[in-house]
Amino acid sequence: MDKYRIDPSKGLEFGLYTLGDHLPNPETGDRISAEQRIHEIIELAQLAEQAGIDFFSVGESHQDFFATQAHTVVLSAIAQATENIKISSSSTIISTLDPVRAYEDFATIDLISKGRTEIVAGRASRVGNFDLLGYNLRNYEDLFEEKFDLLLQINENEIVNWDGQYRAPLRNARVLPRPKEGSLPIWRAVGGTPASARKAGYAGVPMYLAHLGGPTAIFKRSIDAYRDALEYSGYNPAEFPVSTAGFFYVAETTQQAQRETYPHINEGMKRTNGQGFPKQHFAQGADPRDVMNIGSPQEVIEKILYQHELFGHQRYIGQMDFGGVTFDQLKRNIDFIGTEILPAIRKYTAQK
Amino acid sequence: MKIVALSGSRVGSKTRTAIDYTIKALNDKYPDHEVTLIDLADYDIQFSDGRNYMEYEGDTKYVTQTVMEADALIIGTPIFQASIPATLKNIFDLLPVNAFRNKVVGMLGTAGSPKHYLILENQLKPILGYMKAQIVQSYVFIEEEDFQRKEIINDDVLFRIDRLVEDTVILADTYQRIREEKDAQYDF
Repeated sequence: MDKYRIDPSKGLEFGLYTLGDHLPNPETGDRISAEQRIHEIIELAQLAEQAGIDFFSVGESHQDFFATQAHTVVLSAIAQATENIKISSSSTIISTLDPVRAYEDFATIDLISKGRTEIVAGRASRVGNFDLLGYNLRNYEDLFEEKFDLLLQINENEIVNWDGQYRAPLRNARVLPRPKEGSLPIWRAVGGTPASARKAGYAGVPMYLAHLGGPTAIFKRSIDAYRDALEYSGYNPAEFPVSTAGFFYVAETTQQAQRETYPHINEGMKRTNGQGFPKQHFAQGADPRDVMNIGSPQEVIEKILYQHELFGHQRYIGQMDFGGVTFDQLKRNIDFIGTEILPAIRKYTAQK
Repeated sequence: MKIVALSGSRVGSKTRTAIDYTIKALNDKYPDHEVTLIDLADYDIQFSDGRNYMEYEGDTKYVTQTVMEADALIIGTPIFQASIPATLKNIFDLLPVNAFRNKVVGMLGTAGSPKHYLILENQLKPILGYMKAQIVQSYVFIEEEDFQRKEIINDDVLFRIDRLVEDTVILADTYQRIREEKDAQYDF
């Protein structure tokens, strides 16, 4: 786990992530400017650090209703504005980037942040980036596999010799600067199915598993499949951290948390995915066996601990700002996290 | 309520003719509802490449978005090679798996042979069910002999189209009411 800067004795890490969405607040119909949204993301990372949160990450989506297309630029501002918190992408769509340029960016952010930077690389669930950046969606899978592999090679070797289909060859290429500790933790983002999780296992890289809602037990299958594929490929699963990522929101009561967050999620998903979130499914999200961490602080603590017991994962990151949630609401959540959630999680998951 | 009447083929005239009668019945009975015709012969639609329906351009985007915005659909299909035409299947392939959640879907089929009667039952209904449609169980099956020069000449068929239209709208109204009552009970 050292290689990925994870210390299991400290228990489950807790982080926050944003997709960098830029959506109207459904309660008012108003949308803040992209300028304000980006500043609020940077400030959120600072508040997260002050509350003792372990990790903060920013996503990359190239289409309407998003503001962090240049997510590495936003991350570098966060690197400068913070001191201790780990920072990462969530996710970097490596398929439509040049892995050399992406690595240069992240290594630089790692130096600015003095060794706190990670990369989570994904295949994109919204594919606006393919047309915009000049790639063919037909090569969705090959582009990712080839470029992700190159990214890993650059991470492991200062001098790279490489041939591929989607980028000019590299001959004794030195990719600089090098990160502070020589290499970066690079994770593979996985959504949905166990088959997708297996790919991270075969590649021998740590896995980020996204989950929107549904029974926690279902997502255990993906984590089992990942560890099984690691073993199949000759890796030791004990050396590879797993992180999960999904909705998070707390308020005084579970009812209030649901009331405050449902319109944002429902309207936001309509705009970004073309379908809302059915109320019936959302209502089931309050069940302790459901993976959606929306509720009172105590209920969310119990859910996270249940998930930890089932998954044996090393990090959970929550998304609480989707769909135009106000900054005041986010600040209240950070308070709950700092005063109630983090102490409980550490108490019950850290090794004594 | 938004109702889409979809004619699922680029070949021949029978399905479009039947859909025209369906639209007339909808407009006569329910003048307040918004009825949109989509005849796939009028559009240049690409094959599904797996992206989200919102990310297509042009006709493909228009047709998928119009279907997704509908509260109810009546889908008309001919039978080709003992199945639905590829043009219609492609529409389903372009849409998300839960595309017909909270939508009522009625069906009518046209065919050259009575042997095709169960094709809608055995092939179209499972697709609609998988995509979470509330299906109007009785469909209208129309044969070659019921048409004469782009008109329907069998009053029984016209009566059945009237009943399909009524059943589709009544079910859509009912499900919408039930859903609103249920949603109102949730505390968020």
